[in-house]
Amino acid sequence: MNVFNNLSTLIFLPLLGAILLLFVPNNIRLIRQIGLISALLAFIHSLFFWVRFDNSTAHFQFVEQMNWLPSSNIQLYIGIDGISLFFILLTTFLIPICMLAGWSSIQNYRREFMIAFLVLEALMIAVFCMLDLLLFYVFFESVLIPMFLIIGVWGSRERKIRAAYQFFLYTLFGSVFMLLGILFLFFQTGTTDIQILYTTEFSERRQILLWLAFFASFAVKVPMVPVHIWLPEAHVEAPTAGSVILAGILLKLGTYGFLRFSIPMFPDATLYFTPLIFTLSVIAIVYTSCTTLRQVDLKKIIAYSSVAHMNFVTIGLFSLNPQGIEGSLMLMLSHGFVSSALFLCVGVLYDRHHTRLVRYYGGLANTMPVFCAIFLFFTLANMSLPGTSSFVGEFLILVGAFQSNTFVATLAATGMVLGAAYSLWLYNRVAFGNLKPHFLATYSDCNRREFFMFLPFVIVVIWMGIYPQIFLDTMHDSVMHCIEHSRI
Amino acid sequence: MYLLIVTLPLLGCATSALFGRFLGSRGAAIVTTSCVGTSFLFSLVAFYEVALVGSACTLQFAPWFDSEMFDASWGFLFDSLTVVMLIVVTLVSTLVHTYSISYMSEDPFLPRFMCYLSIFTFFMLMLVSADNLIQMFLGWEGVGLASYLLINFWFTRLQANKAAIKAMLVNRVGDFGLALGIMSCFLVFQSVDYHVLFAVANEWAMKESLAPESFVFCNMHVDALSAICLLLFVGAVGKSAQIGLHTWLPDAMEGPTPVSALIHAATMVTAGVFLIARCSPLFEYAPNALVVVTCMGAMTAFFAATTGILQNDLKRVIAYSTCSQLGYMVFACGISNYAVSIFHLMNHAFFKALLFLSAGSVIHAMSDEQDMRKMGGLNQVLPFTYAMMLIGSLALIGFPFLTGFYSKDVILELAYTKYTISGHFAFWLGSLSVLFTSYYSFRLLFLTFLENTNAFKQDIKNAHDAPPLMAAPLIVLAFGSLFVGYLCKDMMIGLGTDFWGQSIFVLPDNSNLSESEFSTPQIVKLIPLLLSTLGAGIAYWINNHKNSFVYDFKTSSLGRRFYTFLNKRWLFDKVLNEFLAQSVLRFGYSISFVTLDKGVIELLGPYGIATTMRTLSKRTSGLQSGLIYHYAFIMLIGLTVLITFIGLWDIVSFWVDSRLFLIFFCTFLFLPQRS
Repeated sequence: MNVFNNLSTLIFLPLLGAILLLFVPNNIRLIRQIGLISALLAFIHSLFFWVRFDNSTAHFQFVEQMNWLPSSNIQLYIGIDGISLFFILLTTFLIPICMLAGWSSIQNYRREFMIAFLVLEALMIAVFCMLDLLLFYVFFESVLIPMFLIIGVWGSRERKIRAAYQFFLYTLFGSVFMLLGILFLFFQTGTTDIQILYTTEFSERRQILLWLAFFASFAVKVPMVPVHIWLPEAHVEAPTAGSVILAGILLKLGTYGFLRFSIPMFPDATLYFTPLIFTLSVIAIVYTSCTTLRQVDLKKIIAYSSVAHMNFVTIGLFSLNPQGIEGSLMLMLSHGFVSSALFLCVGVLYDRHHTRLVRYYGGLANTMPVFCAIFLFFTLANMSLPGTSSFVGEFLILVGAFQSNTFVATLAATGMVLGAAYSLWLYNRVAFGNLKPHFLATYSDCNRREFFMFLPFVIVVIWMGIYPQIFLDTMHDSVMHCIEHSRI
Repeated sequence: MYLLIVTLPLLGCATSALFGRFLGSRGAAIVTTSCVGTSFLFSLVAFYEVALVGSACTLQFAPWFDSEMFDASWGFLFDSLTVVMLIVVTLVSTLVHTYSISYMSEDPFLPRFMCYLSIFTFFMLMLVSADNLIQMFLGWEGVGLASYLLINFWFTRLQANKAAIKAMLVNRVGDFGLALGIMSCFLVFQSVDYHVLFAVANEWAMKESLAPESFVFCNMHVDALSAICLLLFVGAVGKSAQIGLHTWLPDAMEGPTPVSALIHAATMVTAGVFLIARCSPLFEYAPNALVVVTCMGAMTAFFAATTGILQNDLKRVIAYSTCSQLGYMVFACGISNYAVSIFHLMNHAFFKALLFLSAGSVIHAMSDEQDMRKMGGLNQVLPFTYAMMLIGSLALIGFPFLTGFYSKDVILELAYTKYTISGHFAFWLGSLSVLFTSYYSFRLLFLTFLENTNAFKQDIKNAHDAPPLMAAPLIVLAFGSLFVGYLCKDMMIGLGTDFWGQSIFVLPDNSNLSESEFSTPQIVKLIPLLLSTLGAGIAYWINNHKNSFVYDFKTSSLGRRFYTFLNKRWLFDKVLNEFLAQSVLRFGYSISFVTLDKGVIELLGPYGIATTMRTLSKRTSGLQSGLIYHYAFIMLIGLTVLITFIGLWDIVSFWVDSRLFLIFFCTFLFLPQRS
C-alpha cells in the first residue's frame, strides 16, 4: 500500500510501461493496449494524490528524498504542493488522450510512438515534482529529447526538421543561461535544494543577474515575444498528439518556472523586472492576436493564440497578488485543456482531409454536426466566454493585473476583443458558409473514439467554468505562501 | 420556483439540443415552448410576490470562484426591477417561440433554432436575475453568443456570417468596457456584489467609506465613481447599440425575423438599459457620467431616427427605430429617471416585438422579400397583418393613449424639466426624433401597405395572411401595445409609487417627476404630438403624392447627397471598416507577421545564426592556409593590437563599452554571404 503513496511510483509507472513495450511482440493491438493502460493507470494513480492532498498547508507533500550526489550535497528531492499538483494531473490527463489521438493516424513506428509518450510523461511528472534545482534543470531539458523526436519523426512535412531544429535551438539557448545561474547559486549557497534557496537572501544585484538567467530560459518556453517564433513553427509541424503536449504542458513549464523559482527566490528582482514582463506580455498579446487574424493555417492560428494566452498568464503571475496568480494557474490549466482540445479538433480535420489551410474548409456544420458542436464549444472557451474554464482564469488575471497596473490590464483586455475576432473568424470559416465539395471529398463526422477523446475535455472545461472552487481551494495556500515569499 | 424561472429554458434548450433528433421538429418545439411558457407563468407569480406584494428576495447558493477578497458567487436577486424584466423576457420569448413554430416550420433545423432561442432566454434571465456583476457578465456574454448563433442560423449566407461576427465583435468591444468597469468596481470597493456595491456607494458619497475617491486609470487620476460608471456605460453602449457601437444592430437583421423580434428589439438590446438602471445607485453619485449618458442617448435617438427615414429594407427601418428608442431609454436613465426608462423598455418590448413579428408575417407572405420598394398595396391581401402593423406603429410614435404615449412623452417632459444643458439637449433631439419616427413609421406603412403595389405578381398571388400560430402572438402583443401603457403607468411611474422598492435608487436632488407633472408648459407637452402629426403628414405628402417638388428635390445634387448620407447610415460602417478594421488587419499581416516574425526576428534568430556560423566557419577555415608566414603575420598583428590595447588602456578604455560587444556580434548576422 505504501508504494501507492509515493510520487516516485507515479514517475516509474509510465516508465515501466515503456520498458514493457520494448519486449512485447510486434502486435499492434497489444502495443496500443499496454501503452494506453499504463497511461490510464498513471492518471488514476495521480488522482489519488489529489484526493489525499492536504489543502490546509503550503508545505510540500508526499516528499521523498534520496542522496543523489552526496559528494556535492545534491539530493533527489521530490514533492508537490498546490501549484504543481495540477500540472501533474494535467500531464497524466493529456497523455492517454494523446495516445488516442495517434490511434489511427500514426502509421509508422507505432511502438516507438507509445514509448516516446510514456517516457515524456515520466519526465514531465518528474519536472513538476522535482524540488532540487539542478535535477529540475536536468528534467526540464530532457523533456526536449522525446519532444524533438516526436516532431522530427512523426511530423507531417519536410519542414519538420527545420521546426525541430528551431525548437531545440531556442530552448537550449535559453537554458544555457539557466544552467549558469544554477551553478552560480550552487557555488554561493552550496546547495540546490529549492526549499533552502527559498529562505536564502541574495543581494539585489545578484538577484537581478540570476533572475535574468532564469528569465532567458523560461521566456523561451512561455514564449515571450521576441523569442516566440519557434512555437507556431513547431506546432504546425508536430503531429496532433505532439501539438497537444506542446501546448498543453511544455508551454506551462516556462510559467511554472517563473512561479516556482523566479518569483519566490528573487523577490527584489521580480519587482524590478515586473515592468519588463508587463511590457513584453502586453506587446505579445496585442501583437500575436493581430497576427492570428491573418493566418491561414489552422494550427498556426491556435498556436499564435496560445502565445497570447500564455502572455496573459505571465501578466497574472507578475501582478503578484492572489487573484492574479490564482488566475494564472487557472488559465494555465484551462489553456492546457482548451488549446489541446482545439489541436485535437484540427487533428480530426487533418485526418480526414489532409490539409490545414482554412481556405479549403467551409460549411462543415452540414456534414459534421457533432464535430462542429464540439469545435464551437472549444472556440468559445478559447475566447473565454463566461461559464468556461478560461473565463475564470482570464478574469481573475485581469482583476489581479488591474490592481497592480490599470494600464496593463486595459491593454491586456483588448486581447478579449481580438481573441473573439480570430476565434470567431476561424470557426466561421470552418463550420459555416458553403460546403466546398471540390476540396473536401470525405464527409464523416466524429467517430466514437474521437467523441470520447473530446468528452473528458468538455466535462472538465465546463466543470472548471462553473465550479472552479475545488481547484482554487487546493492552490490557495501554496499561492499565498509564494506571495508571502515574494513580499519578504 | 424562482430558480425554475431561470433554469427551465436551459432545460428546454438541453432537451432540444441533445434529443432533438429523437423528438423531431414538432417535439422539440413543444418541449422548448412549454418550458419557456411555464417559466412565464412562474414569473407572473414572482411578479405578484415580489413587485406587487413587495417581498424582494435573494438566493445565494454556491461560490463560483473566490480568491481572497474577490468573491463571485452563484446567487440570484429578485426585486421589482428583475421581475419586470422577467415578465418582459419570458412573455416575449414565449410568444416568439410559438411564432417560430409556424414561421420556421419549413426549416429542417427547427430543433436547433428552438434550442438557440431557449439558451438565449436562459442567458437573458441570468442577466436580469444575477445578484453580482460577474454572474451578470455571464448572462451578458451568453446573450451575445446566442445572438451570434441566431443571426448565423442560416449559416450558408455570407451576409449572415458577416453580420453575426460583427454583432459579436462589436458587442465584445462593449464587453471590454464592462469588464474594466467590473474590475474598477472591485479595485475601489473590493467587491462585485450588488448589495455591497450599492451600500458602499452611498457611504462613499457621504465620505464615510474607506474606498478611495479616485484611482489611477491608465496613468490618469480619475474620479472613482465616474470612471466606473463610464466603463459600465461602455458595456451598455455596445449591448444597447448606442451611437458609435450601433453598427451591429441593423446588420443583425440578417437573422430570422423571430430572432430580430426577441433579441434585437425586445430583450437583449435592452440589457444595457437594464444595466444602467440596476446600477442606478452608482450612477446617481456620478453626475458627470450621467451627462455623458444623457448626451449619448439623445444623439443615438436622433441619429437612428434620421437614418431610419431613408432605409429601404423593411426590417432595417424597424431596427433603426429600435436603436432610436434605445436612445430614449438611455437618456431617460441619464436624467435620473430609471423607472421611466424601464417603463419605456417594457412598452417598447410590446410594440417593437409586434412590429417585428408583423414584419415577419409580411416577409413570410411575400416569399422572403424584404425590400419595401418591391411591396405596396398589401393592406388588401394581408389585412390582419396591416392592422397589427398599424397598431404597432401608432404605439411607437406615441399616438395618444396608446402604450408608447405614456412613456415617451413622459421622457420628453422629464428632459425638459431637468433644466440643465444636457436635459435640453436631450429634449430637443428627442423631440426632433419624434418627427422622424413618425415619418419613417408612416413611410413604412405607405410603402408596404397603402401605396400602389410594386410587388411581383407571383408574390402577391401567393401571399397569405398569418396562420393561426403566428397570429396568436401578434394579437397578444397588439393588446399589450394598446393597453399596457395605460394600465401600468400609475403603478410604475406614478407620483410616489413604491413599486420599485429598493431596486432603483434616485437621489432626491435628481428626482424631477413631480416637477414635470405639474410645471411643464402646455406647449411642451403638446410638442411631441404636434411633431408626430407633422411627420405623418409629411410622410403622406411625400410618399402618396407624386408631386414635382419632391421629384426635383430627389434628383438634385443636394438631395442625392442627403439621400446617400442617410441611406448609408451616416457612413459609420465605412469609417470603422476602412480606418479601424483594415489597419488592424494590415498590421497583423504586413507588420507583425511578414516584417517581424518572418523578417527581423527570424533573421536575428535561428536563420541569422545558422548562416552566420556557416560563413564565419568558411572564412576561418580559409585562414588555415598551411603557410607559416601567414600564421606569423596574424600572430604579429594580434600581438600588436593586444599590446597597444593594454598599453594605452587608459586612453582607449573611454571608448570601450561592454554594450558595444552586442552591436559587434550583431553585425556578424548581417555579413554578406559569399556564394
